[in-house]
Amino acid sequence: MVSIDIETEDGQREILRRMLTIRAFDTKAGELFADGELPGFVHLYIGEEAVGVGAISALEEQDYITSTHRGHGHCIAKGLDTYKMMAELYGKRDGYCNGKGGSMHIADVDAGMLGANGIVGAGPPLATGAALTADYKGEDKVALAFFGDGAVAQGQVHEGINLAATWDLPAIFVVENNHFGEATAMEDQHNVEHLSATAEAYDIPGFTVDGMDVTAVYEAVKEARERAANGEGPTFIEADTYRYEGHFEGDHQPYRTEEDIELWKDRDAIETFKNRLVEAGTVTQAEFEEMRDEIEAEIEEHAERAKEADYPDPSEAYEDMFNATVPEINDFAARMRADGGER
Amino acid sequence: MSTDTASGEGFSDTETMTVREAIRQALREELERDEDVYVMGEDVGRFGGVLGVTGDLVEQFGEKRVRDTPISEAGFTGAAVGAAATGTRPVVEIMFSDFMGVCSEQILNQMAKNRYMFGGKTEMPVTIRTTEGGGMGAASQHSGTIHTWFAHLPGIMAVAPGTAHAAKGLTKAAIRSNDPVIVFENKQIYEQEGEVPVSEDYTIPLGTASVEREGEDVTVVATQRMVGESLQLADELEGETSVEVIDLMSLYPMDTDTLLKSVEKTGRLVVADESPLSYGTHAEVVARVQEEGFFSLDAPIQRVGVSDTHIPFSPALEEEILPHADDVRAAIDRVV
Repeated sequence: MVSIDIETEDGQREILRRMLTIRAFDTKAGELFADGELPGFVHLYIGEEAVGVGAISALEEQDYITSTHRGHGHCIAKGLDTYKMMAELYGKRDGYCNGKGGSMHIADVDAGMLGANGIVGAGPPLATGAALTADYKGEDKVALAFFGDGAVAQGQVHEGINLAATWDLPAIFVVENNHFGEATAMEDQHNVEHLSATAEAYDIPGFTVDGMDVTAVYEAVKEARERAANGEGPTFIEADTYRYEGHFEGDHQPYRTEEDIELWKDRDAIETFKNRLVEAGTVTQAEFEEMRDEIEAEIEEHAERAKEADYPDPSEAYEDMFNATVPEINDFAARMRADGGER
Repeated sequence: MSTDTASGEGFSDTETMTVREAIRQALREELERDEDVYVMGEDVGRFGGVLGVTGDLVEQFGEKRVRDTPISEAGFTGAAVGAAATGTRPVVEIMFSDFMGVCSEQILNQMAKNRYMFGGKTEMPVTIRTTEGGGMGAASQHSGTIHTWFAHLPGIMAVAPGTAHAAKGLTKAAIRSNDPVIVFENKQIYEQEGEVPVSEDYTIPLGTASVEREGEDVTVVATQRMVGESLQLADELEGETSVEVIDLMSLYPMDTDTLLKSVEKTGRLVVADESPLSYGTHAEVVARVQEEGFFSLDAPIQRVGVSDTHIPFSPALEEEILPHADDVRAAIDRVV
């Protein structure tokens, strides 16, 4: 069983819904950031929706994922709550990490989401570890690591893949080739045309799929999951995609032109999939627009609510360091205060 | 915080064994006790560990639970983080602590930060065991004593046994902890023998120090190899200077109360730790004692350690660099 069955009309509508939710969430996040509403910085997933939704829909509910800087899409595809995500972006207590993580660190381990990650390339070894747990305990779970084309230059990515391949762990490695590692073009960072060539070094299956086609990503990951669950080890999938926005919001993007972006927008994943569903009679254009409006209204409402939500109490800054009690933290905090006492 | 437990009182049934055997016994007991515990690292299985600590464990527990890894510290340390977050309790051996440079990303940004960044919603029951210290002619890249780095890193607990009983008790406590703990073993003391409680229930609470020998004139707070050397020195000085020797054991969290209590009695403090002296473990002990015990002090605090150098290869040079009992003696002479 996959978490969303793309063969059914309900499944197709849900896939469309999740892609639209990502688009709406990140569009709103971009606006809020531009308005100076959000602290820190945000990295948007707009344009890459087919990869996250295609891949995660082909997994089962209990499976694990690891994510990247650009993690909002993965969270939504994994079924996370957009209000709690928005609250985290605002640094509010209602957020997934009680305001301690922010955009780059949203995690929900119970939902199998092992964390967005601020370190390029850190996720693959973590996914290998989650796959190790599944293998060790004999659980029917697989772990999928998302990472960008830039991360393929990182040593720890290869160490993670090598370990998973050597131990035949139930892992799937999905590189989202959005053509830029931060502000540098993919071809200026790698000497191979297709990053899926990486798989050859580990003697595991490797494919390049159209990352603008949610069905193509879905099929590739579904097959990889079956292989992983059968004890046949990991698969490496390169999804050829594109980010419409800058590396981070506010990035002035001297490395590409509007025309480059437009070429990819002509192949927009949501538009393409919607057209296919309209042609098949699964949804009408009007239903699609209604669905999009509903989602946008919901995101709007979540953003409003998150804005009004409470910040964490300052004393919470000293919590969650350890499971065990460590006297140092509170002692030092008290000493830092002028009166040397309780705040 | 109970030093009774730390010194093994209440666990009267003991056996004489080496530090190496004590650690192996700890691993064996925890592997037997909890199915979720497994050991992994380079050559820990059939080879038995490059310094022989894991020994024959693979014969008893099999390759699933005593796993040889590829030579890829970032890969398997990162895997341990992911594995711990998803419900197992990996015990990772990093062959030489100098190699922690290779996997520091996974320790620094993942293992140490996940719980906090995720608002307390992740457990991180990882134990890393690693070896430190010079004295084997292993030169600079296999002789470092780097525990200060990791004791300084928020989110990591760091322990360093100085005796066989501490080696067993701390290793077991580390494995049972739901927080990441790094156990820094000094390779020069693997052959050092001591009395070790044989009970499977024997653990040493993290954050406790152990008064290994009581004295009146000066407190020596020591770690790892310096504990044994200081105890021997204290015997030699018997009748001349009464030396209290404390095994710090837990670098973070640190048992400040036990240190303060001792300094209150002796009024003098020497800190002996085989790590570079600047910004180090010594400095942390000194800071805590002067912050809360300044008025107990009758003399300036003395530090014994490595003079901010790397460890050289030539025995003639290595002996010069490494701190020994005579350095502790000189430090005591300066203040008593």
